[in-house]
Amino acid sequence: MNVVRFFMENQGFELTGEHLWLVGWSTLFAMLIGIPLGILIAHRRQVNKPVLALANIVQTIPSLALFGFLLPMPWLGERADRLAILALTLYALLPIIRNTYAGIRGVDAAVIEAGRAMGMTGSQLLFQVEVPLALSVILSGIRIAIVVSVGLATIAAAVGAGGLGEFIFRGLAMVDNRVILAGAIPSAILALLADFGVGWVERRLKPR
Amino acid sequence: MIEFRDVSYRVNGIEVLAGLNLRVTRGETLVLLGRSGSGKTTTLKLVNRLVSPTSGQILVNGEAVERTDVIRLRRGIGYVIQEVGLFPHFTVARNIALVPKIEGWAEERIRARVDELLQLVGLGAELAMRYPHQLSGGQRQRVGVARALAADPEILLMDEPFGALDPLTRDDLQREFLALQQRLHKTVVFVTHDLREALRLGSRIALMEAGKLVTLLTPEDFMQSTDPWASAYVRAFGDGLAANRRAS
Repeated sequence: MNVVRFFMENQGFELTGEHLWLVGWSTLFAMLIGIPLGILIAHRRQVNKPVLALANIVQTIPSLALFGFLLPMPWLGERADRLAILALTLYALLPIIRNTYAGIRGVDAAVIEAGRAMGMTGSQLLFQVEVPLALSVILSGIRIAIVVSVGLATIAAAVGAGGLGEFIFRGLAMVDNRVILAGAIPSAILALLADFGVGWVERRLKPR
Repeated sequence: MIEFRDVSYRVNGIEVLAGLNLRVTRGETLVLLGRSGSGKTTTLKLVNRLVSPTSGQILVNGEAVERTDVIRLRRGIGYVIQEVGLFPHFTVARNIALVPKIEGWAEERIRARVDELLQLVGLGAELAMRYPHQLSGGQRQRVGVARALAADPEILLMDEPFGALDPLTRDDLQREFLALQQRLHKTVVFVTHDLREALRLGSRIALMEAGKLVTLLTPEDFMQSTDPWASAYVRAFGDGLAANRRAS
């Protein structure tokens, strides 16, 4: 119970709010960039390799190092949360791009051909056929992105962006497991809730 | 109605179609017969511009297809394929209503048309709200035909539409197709590799081999033809056809 009391008495909810702020914006940005990009590379096969490779490379940069690299950037370095949101966005891109790409490419070719032959325009085909049929795959990409971001966002505290990582880093410095747990447990709960929430939406929207 | 003028199609240096000249007249069922890779499906797809020719010209209603608006062209041509290609996330009714809907018909008119088409292809009205995966293969193919007919196109392109069905269902659908065609008089281009189907449904049979039109004959003449390819086909199907003739 010590952990719970510590959490309550040390602005735990405020830090959770900050955590959600970082994850929320970065996921939103990653969706706004990643979904159109995924659709684009599914349609233009020449560019799918370089785009996916780039997103893969970003994924391999150690998160702590990426936060460090971004620190000296002019506009970004001014506020730690901007920087954290950018870094989290970059990490969230890969699962979203990759799943959007796979989802669109996975739509039955006969269905696409029938749609084209019926005289559907490119955008009718995209919004009435391709995206709806790829939706559950795209959503599972978003789900992965959120779950990963919730965990990664704890690192943001290292550059002063706040969030539940504050407790974890403080606990590490104090060599106090209760403090670490006060950050780690709520973070894990957030990840589980997000996983469950998006999974629920995914099932609701499933075609068939 | 449809005319191919010296049409060739090459892809990656491979000649899929070479110097095709062919004229499909209004109201006939022209069957493109040939084995896999003979270029019959390509020929079909040239009509609604799913494929563009390397050289030559295709005319639909006297107009070169590459000069007509591709969306308009396609909405005026029904298309039925073996894999059916129904939208799995649409109900039967919405699948059938596809072209009328994107053409902006009024709800009322669409609903009436869907009912009419379900009846036309012999499907009960209770199927309208089902999804494609809840139907049998034969029912799905009927929905595919209904969808192609929805906006009452003059031309119907059919690419082995009954190829994946069991023999009995195929027989039913062939019979229904004949009855339907007697009423509607569409201009049909029908692709198949099945000689029996060609003889049964076609008003003329265009035999294709290796990207070339070998011969163009009526079903009666096809059986008597001395053309080596045509007689090879007749021989290959010989046993079944002989049995067929004895039975009828």
